[in-house]
Amino acid sequence: MNPMPQILEIEDLQTHFYTRQGIAKAVCGVSFHVSEGEILGVVGESGSGKSVTALSILRLVPFPGKIVSGEIRLKGQNLFDLTPSDMRQIRGDRISMIFQEPMISLNPAFTIGDQLIEALRVHRKISRREARDRAVEMLGQVDISNPEMRLEDYPHQLSGGMRQRVMIAEALLLNPNVLLADEPTTALDVTVQAQVLDVMYRLTQDMGTAIVLITHNLGLVAESADRVVVMYAGRVVEEGTVTDIFQDALHPYTQGLLKSIPIPGHSLGRQREELYEMKGMIPSLQRLPEGCSFHPRCSFVKEICSQTPPPRKEMGPMHFTQCWLYS
Amino acid sequence: MEPLVKVENLKKYFPLGRRLWGKSAHSVRAVDGISFDVNAGETLSLVGESGCGKTTTGRLVIRLIEPSHGCIRFKGDDITRHRRKAMRPLRNDLQIIFQDPYSSLSPRMTVKDIIGEGFGRDSGLGSRDKKDRVLEMMSKVGLRPGHFDRYPHEFSGGQRQRIGIARAIISNPDFVVADEPLSALDVSVQAQVINLLFKLKEEFKLSYLFISHDLSVVEHISDRVAVMYLGRLVETATRDRVFQFPRHPYTQALFSAVPRTQVSQQKERIILKGDVPSPVNPPAGCHFHPRCHYSQDICTREPPGFDPVEPDHWVACHFPLKDSKHV
Amino acid sequence: MAIKRLLINKMGLIGALIILAIVLTAIFAPLIATHEPLKIDMLHQVELPSDQFWFGTDEYGRDIYSRVIYGSRITLYISILSVAVATLFGVLIGAVSGYFGGWIDTIVMRLMDAVMSFPAILLAIGIMAVLGGNLNNVVIALGFVYIPRFARIVRGSVLSLKGKEFVEAALATGKGDFYIIFRHILPNCMAPLIVQITASLAYAILAESALSFLGLGAPPPAPSWGNILSDARNFMLDNVWMTVFPGIAITLTVLGFNLLGDALRDVLDPRLR
Repeated sequence: MNPMPQILEIEDLQTHFYTRQGIAKAVCGVSFHVSEGEILGVVGESGSGKSVTALSILRLVPFPGKIVSGEIRLKGQNLFDLTPSDMRQIRGDRISMIFQEPMISLNPAFTIGDQLIEALRVHRKISRREARDRAVEMLGQVDISNPEMRLEDYPHQLSGGMRQRVMIAEALLLNPNVLLADEPTTALDVTVQAQVLDVMYRLTQDMGTAIVLITHNLGLVAESADRVVVMYAGRVVEEGTVTDIFQDALHPYTQGLLKSIPIPGHSLGRQREELYEMKGMIPSLQRLPEGCSFHPRCSFVKEICSQTPPPRKEMGPMHFTQCWLYS
Repeated sequence: MEPLVKVENLKKYFPLGRRLWGKSAHSVRAVDGISFDVNAGETLSLVGESGCGKTTTGRLVIRLIEPSHGCIRFKGDDITRHRRKAMRPLRNDLQIIFQDPYSSLSPRMTVKDIIGEGFGRDSGLGSRDKKDRVLEMMSKVGLRPGHFDRYPHEFSGGQRQRIGIARAIISNPDFVVADEPLSALDVSVQAQVINLLFKLKEEFKLSYLFISHDLSVVEHISDRVAVMYLGRLVETATRDRVFQFPRHPYTQALFSAVPRTQVSQQKERIILKGDVPSPVNPPAGCHFHPRCHYSQDICTREPPGFDPVEPDHWVACHFPLKDSKHV
Repeated sequence: MAIKRLLINKMGLIGALIILAIVLTAIFAPLIATHEPLKIDMLHQVELPSDQFWFGTDEYGRDIYSRVIYGSRITLYISILSVAVATLFGVLIGAVSGYFGGWIDTIVMRLMDAVMSFPAILLAIGIMAVLGGNLNNVVIALGFVYIPRFARIVRGSVLSLKGKEFVEAALATGKGDFYIIFRHILPNCMAPLIVQITASLAYAILAESALSFLGLGAPPPAPSWGNILSDARNFMLDNVWMTVFPGIAITLTVLGFNLLGDALRDVLDPRLR
């Protein structure tokens, strides 16, 4: 039961990396959807496949990775059916992406004005004058003061927070349907994070753009997402609304993750307690465990867990999990 | 009871630009006159954002770099001007754990050699004894004896950090600087390393100077907290006091910016104006005044003194906050 | 153990076999050769390859095959020794210069720049002209000419490594500068160093040939491959075989060093295990 139209649907995505040490199954049967205008948090640690999933959406998976199977539909249209030049139209226009390190996403050899204008004119037939005006307008929208003058600046002249806001401006120039944000604030100081996120949410809300917020920071997701997808070793282990995940987590991994984080305010005035430790380690993607990838670390493991991967089960409205505890 | 480590008016200026002869005109005031104590058996956390000077402070305290000015005392002795030779016997007592588990281990040395390096000179131990101690240390930090002959690249980030910790602790130090030891690790691994650091602290009677920007962790592990901004200390207090009732506007904003997973903890964020200024050209008067919501005329002219607002709670502000409404 | 890994790497195996063949040839030259390399036989001048003279003869009737075989000794002697000299001094200079920096670095690197601004061959020629033509002087000349390249490479690696945290960690445990240079920094310079060594070995062989070609290398009648080529100069057009055999010998050896070098670099990198 889904009240809002789905703008992006990912169905059974498989993206593998063919390395010298074997095949790394970075994304191993991932399915989820993004509704129009919503903020979807994709949460996971290293090796969870969250970044590769985002790159797969834009078909930008680097060598030696390859999208092996699955479908990704934007407003019903399967992106894997598109020709490379059609796909280029989509990137930046219908689906945009911003990355963790704004210094390396912006070309240091060009002014930010040049980059913004180019981003516009690649997709729209407008004059330089018009593009320039639009760029100035966008910079104003992301709270950059003196936007006219800033156009002439080079990336290294701006601070980290400003660069990330320029990235957001560039990504939202053409009013895309979906913004993929891969760890957008991880490289920023905490006080700057707040500024950048504020700008990002305000703009996307005005434009009706959906955000896929990829991060390992659970606090970030708790405060801003509508729904959450939790990934582990290339699979989705749990999916639900933000309340479902943070107050009623079902999958042992989700539960373990939430328990590992020190709770602010909890230790004040108290004797220090040990933090919960999930035993074991994240598995190597070239040698995933049989059955459920999480089973070697699970406190509730049963025999079937080491044999067959669990099926996806609906546990409540919009709350799904893949775990033999519930099937 | 004399503090284990006492720092008085410590300064470090890095000259900018190079000239063949004479001194250069500008410097980066990375550390601009800070004073604090670390008592035996306690964990003092040094928090702040990028450019605040906390990393430089960590290295100054154990004399990895030379101070420009000020005084550092270890167990009552003035070690500020100690040359290499004089520092050598103290190297066993003053140790450091690094942030990046990938670049802090020499790629061509085995685990045994890396940890063994921690012995320093004049350990008075034969090679057999050293080997036993290394194995013992490895098991204490959770590494298997079979890992003895392996190379760093064969381990995960969390395991590498354990190797680094073993190297720092094996000489039985009194004081350990932990420079952002968790930042490069996954959330679930952070919990393991935090618990390990504590176990070791109890067992080896260590004192930590814990440098971090992650406030949830800082709240969990600290006894006392010192907040830095642009080379200066703005607030120092016991952990409970500083988190329950921060008195400096920057501390308040910093703590409010941290995203929380618990709905009950989520509150109105204080968004600071502007960006973190560059340490090359800090603002006059109080360094924080351009971004402060409460700044007044005197703040732009005179730097505030570092004064107590209550026992063991020091603040550098002309108008320390009076109520905890925003906490 | 490293040898086992080398054998798995096919290219490296080929390279190793080639070099092994050259080395064995040099060692067992008296057993493999059919004639005295210096023996003049005016009855059989400039003859085509035959049963008696496998590679034919040169203008003095000397058996080219035997000369090529014995030439391997000279080639190996010159290339290995000159590169050894260059490596030894280049590494020391580069490491000290890079690690300590300051005015030492500035002065030393300017000196290196000065040496490098001469084309290698011209400089070698100049040195040979001053020192006189004999085998050891060739070693000195070539060794000297290659020092800056090694120094530069090592210095570059040292500069990037000395800021690394594992160096800070060693300093924090009270280790001295020389410990750090030899235990931490130099081992991590291996990869570019090995590449430079094998490239230089190859260049040294070619340089020696060039010097001999110009009459400034191993003094005749020594059968260095460069001399054989040089002697064949006047007869090249009609008697191609006189150049083909020493040419193949040179090419094969250079190839062998390059393949071996690439494989060694991969094998010695613990990260690729």
